[in-house]
Amino acid sequence: MAREDVLVTADWAEENLDTPGVVFVEVDEDASAYDYGHIKGAVKIDWKDDLQDPIRRDFVNQEQFSQLLSQRGISNDDTVVLYGGNNNWFAAYAYWYFKLYGHEDVKLLDGGRKKWELDARDVTAEVVKREPTNYVAKPLNWDLRAKRDEVEAAIGVKNLIDVRSPDEYAGRLLAPAHLPQEQSQRAGHIPTALSVPWSKAANEDGTFKSEAELRELYVGEAGLDEGKSTIAYCRIGERSSHTWFALRELLGYEDVKNYDGSWTEYGSLVGVPIALGDEPGTK
Amino acid sequence: MSDSCAAPDQDAALPASVDIEKETVLTGTVVNDEGELVQGAYVRLLDGSGEFTAEVVTGEGGQFRFFAAPGKWTLRALSRYGDATGEVEADRGLNETKLAVSR
Repeated sequence: MAREDVLVTADWAEENLDTPGVVFVEVDEDASAYDYGHIKGAVKIDWKDDLQDPIRRDFVNQEQFSQLLSQRGISNDDTVVLYGGNNNWFAAYAYWYFKLYGHEDVKLLDGGRKKWELDARDVTAEVVKREPTNYVAKPLNWDLRAKRDEVEAAIGVKNLIDVRSPDEYAGRLLAPAHLPQEQSQRAGHIPTALSVPWSKAANEDGTFKSEAELRELYVGEAGLDEGKSTIAYCRIGERSSHTWFALRELLGYEDVKNYDGSWTEYGSLVGVPIALGDEPGTK
Repeated sequence: MSDSCAAPDQDAALPASVDIEKETVLTGTVVNDEGELVQGAYVRLLDGSGEFTAEVVTGEGGQFRFFAAPGKWTLRALSRYGDATGEVEADRGLNETKLAVSR
């Protein structure tokens, strides 16, 4: 897969704001960001209210996803361009959903909200109204999603990539450094997991690094075995969607899954192995 | 605080659950050439080895805040007015820094 098949530049986006069949979607961690200002014509998806099941600890199912996109006025044959804050974590997370539910043509805006803001490009607070559609999602593609038992079975067998910060990996912190440290689950990482913080895949302005730089990062520096399948995880599955995107969509590795249960699930399981410290540890 | 990677409101008062005696808080404001507070600046926290740790976006008050650990940190601000870098030797409690961005 070529970079231009899955990523669009800010220039391309600006030139295609009014192109029929191209729908911009902002996906945010902070719902108020969209209301303050968004790319002209973009609709909003809230990562929590729209993408999580309100009762079970799981994300929206095929039917809920169909309803969401229908309500937002997105058609099955639209080109969907996703962007958001936090260096596109949540946009990458939504991208993963679009792929899970079989949307054909979906792309990320390289750099997301950050690059757009740093370039001082126009945003608007205008309310966007699109006519509802009859979107039909495909059944969930389990080739892209890892569950806990599969992750435990992958220890020492598949590539496990822990994309949290080095301190979270080592067990010195339980959460990213912009949040208070109030979690209670165990700290550490899944034994044999390689530490490649998600941020290493991105430039300072939020754009993805080149394919050559990414390959050097994962294979050259971290030691990812290209002959093996890969599972990426973080704390709750967003940051690892970003890495999943880099590995599967940009570098083209075929069998790459995102473990969305991630550390909040794994670090709370009874009886599973955990490694502490900066080294991957052994099986 | 929610159980998420979500970015908390940077202008809000410190939550009551945060114990300043125990936490190491890196906070401050981003200003431009004119000395005005910059909203929408991206502030990145890098650890002692220059490795990225976290990033927040400033609100109306141009304010940022990180919960970290005592030690050496680098703060890096990016904005439409330019960039700035600041070094901090953080202790427990509040550590305040002003970042003046310019082209």
